[in-house]
Amino acid sequence: MTPELGHFALILALCVSLVQGILPIVGAQTGRREWMQLARPAAQVLFLLMAASFAALAWSFYTNDFSVQYVAAHSNAQLPTLFRFGAVWGGHEGSLLLWVLMLSGWTVAVAQNSRTLDDAMVARVIGVLGLVTVGLLLFILFTSNPFDRLLPAAANGRDLNPLLQDPGLIFHPPMLYMGYVGFSVAFAFAIAALLSGRLDAAWARWSRPWTTAAWVFLTLGIALGSWWAYYELGWGGWWFWDPVENASFLPWLLGTALLHSLAVTEKRGSFKSWTVLLAIGAFSLSLLGTFLVRSGVLTSVHAFATDPRRGIFILALLVLVVGSSLALFAWRAPKVAMGGTFALVSRESLMLVGNVLLVVACASVLLGTLYPLIIDALHLGKISVGPPYFSAVFVPIMTPVLFLMAAVPLARWKTADWKDIALRMWIPGVLALVVGMLVPSVMGGWTALSALGVALSVWIAASGVIQVVRRLKAGIPPASFWGMHLGHFGIAVFVFGVTMVGSFQEEQDVRMEPGDTVVVGGHQFKMLGVQDVPGPNYSAARGSFEVSRNGGTVHMLYPEKRNYFSSTMPMTEAAIDAGFTRDVYVSLGEPLEGKAWAVRVYFKPFVDWIWGGCLLMALGGVLAMADRRYRIKVKSTVPDVGLVKGVTA
Amino acid sequence: MKRWKKRAAIIGAGLAAVGIAAALVLNALNSNIALYVTPSDVLAGKAPKLQAFRIGGLVKEGSLKRDNLTVHFVMTDLVQDIPVAYTGILPDLFKEGKGAVVQVKQNTGGEYIATEVLAKHDENYMPPEAKDALDKAQKSKGSSTP
Repeated sequence: MTPELGHFALILALCVSLVQGILPIVGAQTGRREWMQLARPAAQVLFLLMAASFAALAWSFYTNDFSVQYVAAHSNAQLPTLFRFGAVWGGHEGSLLLWVLMLSGWTVAVAQNSRTLDDAMVARVIGVLGLVTVGLLLFILFTSNPFDRLLPAAANGRDLNPLLQDPGLIFHPPMLYMGYVGFSVAFAFAIAALLSGRLDAAWARWSRPWTTAAWVFLTLGIALGSWWAYYELGWGGWWFWDPVENASFLPWLLGTALLHSLAVTEKRGSFKSWTVLLAIGAFSLSLLGTFLVRSGVLTSVHAFATDPRRGIFILALLVLVVGSSLALFAWRAPKVAMGGTFALVSRESLMLVGNVLLVVACASVLLGTLYPLIIDALHLGKISVGPPYFSAVFVPIMTPVLFLMAAVPLARWKTADWKDIALRMWIPGVLALVVGMLVPSVMGGWTALSALGVALSVWIAASGVIQVVRRLKAGIPPASFWGMHLGHFGIAVFVFGVTMVGSFQEEQDVRMEPGDTVVVGGHQFKMLGVQDVPGPNYSAARGSFEVSRNGGTVHMLYPEKRNYFSSTMPMTEAAIDAGFTRDVYVSLGEPLEGKAWAVRVYFKPFVDWIWGGCLLMALGGVLAMADRRYRIKVKSTVPDVGLVKGVTA
Repeated sequence: MKRWKKRAAIIGAGLAAVGIAAALVLNALNSNIALYVTPSDVLAGKAPKLQAFRIGGLVKEGSLKRDNLTVHFVMTDLVQDIPVAYTGILPDLFKEGKGAVVQVKQNTGGEYIATEVLAKHDENYMPPEAKDALDKAQKSKGSSTP
């Protein structure tokens, strides 16, 4: 009964979203107040319905209702309760339900926190979000209904993929989806602005905290995914340029460009059309990400299920969204885009260069991701584009961005002076050169790339410190100032971690018998033996390793090789000793003859700085959102075309 | 500065940036593409001679032999067999009789040396390239023996 209630709630939600998507927009365009006022209650009802539907599915998982096909395919009576909850979004149907639940959640958040906005704008924003909801609900109901029954019911479920039985899975997809879906708010603001013809500083100010929020979630989601891959997949890497990773990284790159472009639009009124295009692009890439992951067109570790119908539906949705918003843009943008002018050297021009480079980086990653698909679709053969492609293209494009981002906050708006900036940046410059020369040599092996990475990270961090000190002399700066510098400092930490791991990690695959030792990265690993240990729904072979450094303190590491009862698939659980300046990492390969095992041993210097940097970036975003000025009502400077028409009509 | 000079500078810089990016992309694409081939293709001489390529297919039953960290096995599309050697730790899902994709470079002593072995992270999932190889082999077998 519960699944049917959930299904029914979903159908009702579709009806409500149709109301929410159509009436408020029409009302705003024709000046009918009572239609516009439908937006908020519709959003609230929609959220309640989606929550009910999601709760129904979660309940089916909790009670092990294996007559529901989706539950039977993704859960098992032996699965621990916590993972049964995580399994709700462990597959395609459930994760889409989560997507729409979050979309309705963002919509309600906009409805509740928009008292500083005027009614017409709120009506349009919520209306656009409603239209997006309609598209996705149709997708769920027609191609991927999580409430489909399985008759006769299965005796037990097929179980959740063991790879996904990890606390990381419980948080990674929701965070990532919060980011993906969050860009729909930025998109809705942009479309609403085009519809109203009011593409001004007030619009940018409204849009900014929402975009930042989405960006924060996406940053955390990607970082969590990367961390999860690091310790769970047993490969010891933190980024593989896998198509599905790229799918989440593409909106992040455009989202970052959008954040900065919005800043210029808010402060100076420039870049309006560009900002709108970025907002449309970031959301389209979020949809494309969903399409790439869920259609099964990709050969990827994430490609768990395939159904071409779904792919075609999302592709059609994508074409509709991109096509209609670009058409609207072409029709409206020339009228609304009049920005402030700026000199060849100014904060605006430097931000523009950074922005363009981010977009170019995004385009080159997109090309590498889609190239195999295009070649395959044209029947020119099957190819793969290897990770070296991405490093070879991405690093040179991003290097000038990192170089610029340290100096841009020093440049004046409208017109700036090179000499002025250079005069203030000489301390970070000298520091960067010295440290860039020293640190890689100390770590054992100077290379141009490692020196460049270290120098850039010092350059960014030191210039941040100088700017903060200078600003403090003039009094306590606002939250957004701290947010920006914390975010940039996060980038510095991230770049340092990436450079250290990339240049100085050591890894070895070795054959070890009990009593054998191996030295990797100055750490001695001694294998004591491998025992069989039982788990709740698996049995494991657990290795015991003693790790010591220069005969000093001894750590124990216990990597496991697990066999889950419900599947024949073995799973590698790596054992990691994490530290501030290094991780040591042991994972079991396969048993060889006698008591010997193939063992993988890694030494990863500063690897945790990669995720630490992401965390700092996210915190910076949170601080930026907390700025007081977003809570003050701003008057729009441009009249609303819809309302003007409505009044005169 | 004159307005047209400013414009020219911006456009010039933009064009230069696009040009550099395009050169980077093309260069990187050229050296990092690996073609997928089937075991039958390899024996028919259709595999690239100098560049690395990927073979999709099944790991032949009973072909897996271990020699310390080096593993010898045979990739098959059920028509033709290709012997492969790999040194290192195999992915969890690498099994005899299951689908796999290997990236190989050169042929030494009758064996192809794999630099990368890929098996997918779901026991019920077959890599599309492996499936493709089997389908193609079945088709050509059917047409050659009418």
